[in-house]
Amino acid sequence: MAADKVDPIHQFHIVKLIPINIGGYDLSFTNSALFMVATVAVASAFLYLTTASRSLVPGRLQSVSEMAYEFVSNMLRDSAGTQGLKFFPFVFSLFMFVLVANLLGLFPYFFTVTSHIIVTFGLAALVIGTVVVYGFGKHGLGFLKLFVPHGVPVFLLPLVVLIEVISFVSRPVSLSVRLFANMLAGHITLKVFSGFVVSLSALGAVGIAGSVLPLAMAVALTALELLVAFLQAYVFAVLTCMYLNDALHPGH
Amino acid sequence: MFVTSAFAEESAPAAEGAAGAGAETHAGTEVPGEAHGTFPPFDPATFPSQLLWLAITFGLFYLFLKRVVMPRLGGIIDVRNDRITQDLDHAARLKGEADAAVAAYEQELAEAKSRANAIGQQAGDAAKAEAEAVRKKVEAELDKKLGAAEASIASIKANAMKEVGTIAEDTASAIVEALVGGKASKAEIAAAVKSVAR
Repeated sequence: MAADKVDPIHQFHIVKLIPINIGGYDLSFTNSALFMVATVAVASAFLYLTTASRSLVPGRLQSVSEMAYEFVSNMLRDSAGTQGLKFFPFVFSLFMFVLVANLLGLFPYFFTVTSHIIVTFGLAALVIGTVVVYGFGKHGLGFLKLFVPHGVPVFLLPLVVLIEVISFVSRPVSLSVRLFANMLAGHITLKVFSGFVVSLSALGAVGIAGSVLPLAMAVALTALELLVAFLQAYVFAVLTCMYLNDALHPGH
Repeated sequence: MFVTSAFAEESAPAAEGAAGAGAETHAGTEVPGEAHGTFPPFDPATFPSQLLWLAITFGLFYLFLKRVVMPRLGGIIDVRNDRITQDLDHAARLKGEADAAVAAYEQELAEAKSRANAIGQQAGDAAKAEAEAVRKKVEAELDKKLGAAEASIASIKANAMKEVGTIAEDTASAIVEALVGGKASKAEIAAAVKSVAR
């Protein structure tokens, strides 16, 4: 059936490339792992090679690397202050990793690493873990002030603290689900519209004429997905900066 | 999409049986309907592998960026910023030098102007004084010549007057002689001429 040919979910399947099984856990090198390696390799190679000449007047590609560097640097400084710059390597790695993973996922037949909730959740848990560990390490129990906002009437305090705790706990979930759902939905939509093109063009001349519309839609969606790929990497990085700000200054 | 189509196929026989049986068939068809089990992103079987490889790749990426890429990028940008500040300083210094040169030039120009004015003034004064002296000398000479001329005119006039007196005396004595016949004394004639000439 046509549905078998253009199954929009097929692109998310994990395929074991090198089966590895240690202690009952399946730790195989899969297509997902392959694309994580590819993401890291592409991002590292780009950043390394474009800056190799260390030109005083940067070329185009070196400007791109410098722009990314200064973009994340400004983002972090704006939301977490100069103290936040100790997390700069972390935020920059996160931003570049998510961005390159998203962009690589736009290529046909490529696997999108960030369309798997466990990957985005892993990254989000890393962020929140860093916030919690650093927050308690730096401020001790003072970090708990994060849950007690200033100027709240005492009788409202239990309710407010409860809300603050819930909002804090939901952070890793919202952070990971936002990225995951955006990538997943975008790729499914793309696949569905591309599938329409294939199915319609199998119906003869009328179908081919009719398939122009979903084709145009697929092109437009690709542009949109390009924007989303960048935007979601940006959003992920910005939220990371804001959460790190909480770890640095829990008083607010 | 799959689940709903499978459900639609199975819903006809399910409608014949009880509600519970329908739910059972539905639950039963769901598993074979999806050849690969659950929706792939939610398949927990893939979680350990993905987490492991994420940790490995992201960890290496983080270390590489922190150790190699970011010091290099930061270095490039710092060097450029230093260079820009240096160049700006240099430009400011050069501008200061240029300003000083302009000021010195203007001052020298003003001095030269005032010097030129002084020289011009001096030359003008000297020329005026000289001209005055020459004028005075010429005037004095002219005055002297005028005086001399007046004196000579006066002497000539006096001489002439004197001659006129003599001529008149001579003429008077001749007339007296001719008319009266006799000689009038010279003194009388002279006195008569003098009284007439007055």
